[in-house]
Amino acid sequence: MKILALDSSGMVASVAVAEDDTLLAEYTVNYKKTHSQTLLPMLDEIARMIELDLNTIDAVAVAGGPGSFTGLRIGAATAKGLGLALRKPLVNIPTVEGLAYNLFGVEKVICPLMDARRNQVYTGIYTFAGGEFQVLAPQMAVSVGEIAEKLNEIGREVVFLGDGVPVYREMLGGLLKVPYQFASAHLNRQRAASVAALAMEYVREGKTETAAEHKPEYLRMSQAERERAAKEAKYHEDQNH
Amino acid sequence: MNEKDTLILAIESSCDETAAAVVKNGREVLSNVISSQIELHKLYGGVVPEIASRKHIEKINQVIEEALAVAGVRLADLDAVAVTYGPGLVGALLVGVAEAKAISYASGLPLVGVHHIEGHISANYIENKDLEPPFLCLVVSGGHTHLVKVQDYGVYEIMGRTRDDAAGEAFDKVARAIGLGYPGGPKIDRLSAEGNADAIHFPKAKIADAPYDFSFSGLKSAVLNYLNGCKMKGETIVEADVAASFQKAVVDVLVEHAILAAKETGMNKLAIAGGVASNGTLRRAMEEACRENGISFYHPSPIFCTDNAAMIGAAAYYEYRNGVRHGLDLNAVPNLKLGER
Repeated sequence: MKILALDSSGMVASVAVAEDDTLLAEYTVNYKKTHSQTLLPMLDEIARMIELDLNTIDAVAVAGGPGSFTGLRIGAATAKGLGLALRKPLVNIPTVEGLAYNLFGVEKVICPLMDARRNQVYTGIYTFAGGEFQVLAPQMAVSVGEIAEKLNEIGREVVFLGDGVPVYREMLGGLLKVPYQFASAHLNRQRAASVAALAMEYVREGKTETAAEHKPEYLRMSQAERERAAKEAKYHEDQNH
Repeated sequence: MNEKDTLILAIESSCDETAAAVVKNGREVLSNVISSQIELHKLYGGVVPEIASRKHIEKINQVIEEALAVAGVRLADLDAVAVTYGPGLVGALLVGVAEAKAISYASGLPLVGVHHIEGHISANYIENKDLEPPFLCLVVSGGHTHLVKVQDYGVYEIMGRTRDDAAGEAFDKVARAIGLGYPGGPKIDRLSAEGNADAIHFPKAKIADAPYDFSFSGLKSAVLNYLNGCKMKGETIVEADVAASFQKAVVDVLVEHAILAAKETGMNKLAIAGGVASNGTLRRAMEEACRENGISFYHPSPIFCTDNAAMIGAAAYYEYRNGVRHGLDLNAVPNLKLGER
């Protein structure tokens, strides 16, 4: 099985091609958000290097959110365009799950933290048990306090990773009652290779979608929708009084 | 199909319509699919960029697939993929641009980036097979008000532009003020038919030293002041008269400037384009003024006036013929200037 994978959910732009248990190529850049201009040229670069015939891939995997709204759409539109032209299915990998998969085989609690602004993180809780990937809490948008509480409840040693780590590192120290550590530089940001590897599992479980169906999971409403919902809630409240 | 025919798949997502079309030789529309988000944005009284972008990504593949199916072509039959890359809402543009680039890359088809206004102007080529540059074009929409001299295919000189609000924007704001809602243009046009256009005199802004430029914010303020004045004095507001008088003020200035520019430049062909070009009053006034001045008048059907991808395909054909090609690093340019590549 050959998977082409993309992740442009955050500051990192990453593309990879993996075949079964071999990573054929990966190109990851963590430098300025210019994904619109760089993502496809990066894919072109690795495709040339491995003499990839695009028609030989089985599926296009993409980090499907959460993340930067625009970044997610650049990844989604790229994946959807590739899927449409190549007539291949898409695999929607939840961004936080893809991040957790960087730490394959780790039997401690894995907790990716993506800076979601507005005092929130995109996060989730994962672990590996006997080589099996387990989702202890699916991805969510919550405050650091809330995720720390959940981790304290679980009561096991935690490994953190993601671009939320530098932002919340100090705060975590005051909140956590469990031992914890931080993943190192080669593992602590989005990597399309992890998206590709996890996508193999998804395909085996039949979890694919058509290019037309695919859309990002933002885990958050747009500001206009939020304000409108708040206004409506207030209206109903006023009516009830 | 002729050997030398050029088939282009065009994609447009610069504002609140997700659109795709297949166009043959820049003039023959084989398909023109538009998914409008207008009902959604009505809830907010105007286009919300983030919501527009989210809708684009949900609809874009279906729209493209339908455009190909209706035209009865496969990607392999095409000569190029074209996409609007500016001006417009950056998040909205990016969806079309990323999609078009991926299709171009995976199918090996050349990529042609198109300027949105160039698309609007080129909408005139679709139904006027004899129209060729040079001609003068008045582009009026919710985001743009430009008086453009089309010197040749892809060669433009902007003679006049709005200094503040676009004409369509003024329609939207006035429509909101008299309780008509969004989008304002069609609603004001419809209500105006029942009103007296000479009932209220609204001022027409002239800009010193720039006879072809426009200004609509003063007019909009005059309407708002009039409405407030009536309320304070307890006078009844006749919405139809306000709509008709406001519309007349806009149309008069658009017609005056366009005719003046045509006379000064010696152009005997005048076209209109953009969403506001589907306004019946503007169209009739422009037609009459052109007839009086011996100028040939061109306009697209309403479906090619509002945002669509057929017009992008029409523009792309001439860009393609001129050798314009874009790379995989093509970016969305929200403030792209007409004539820049």
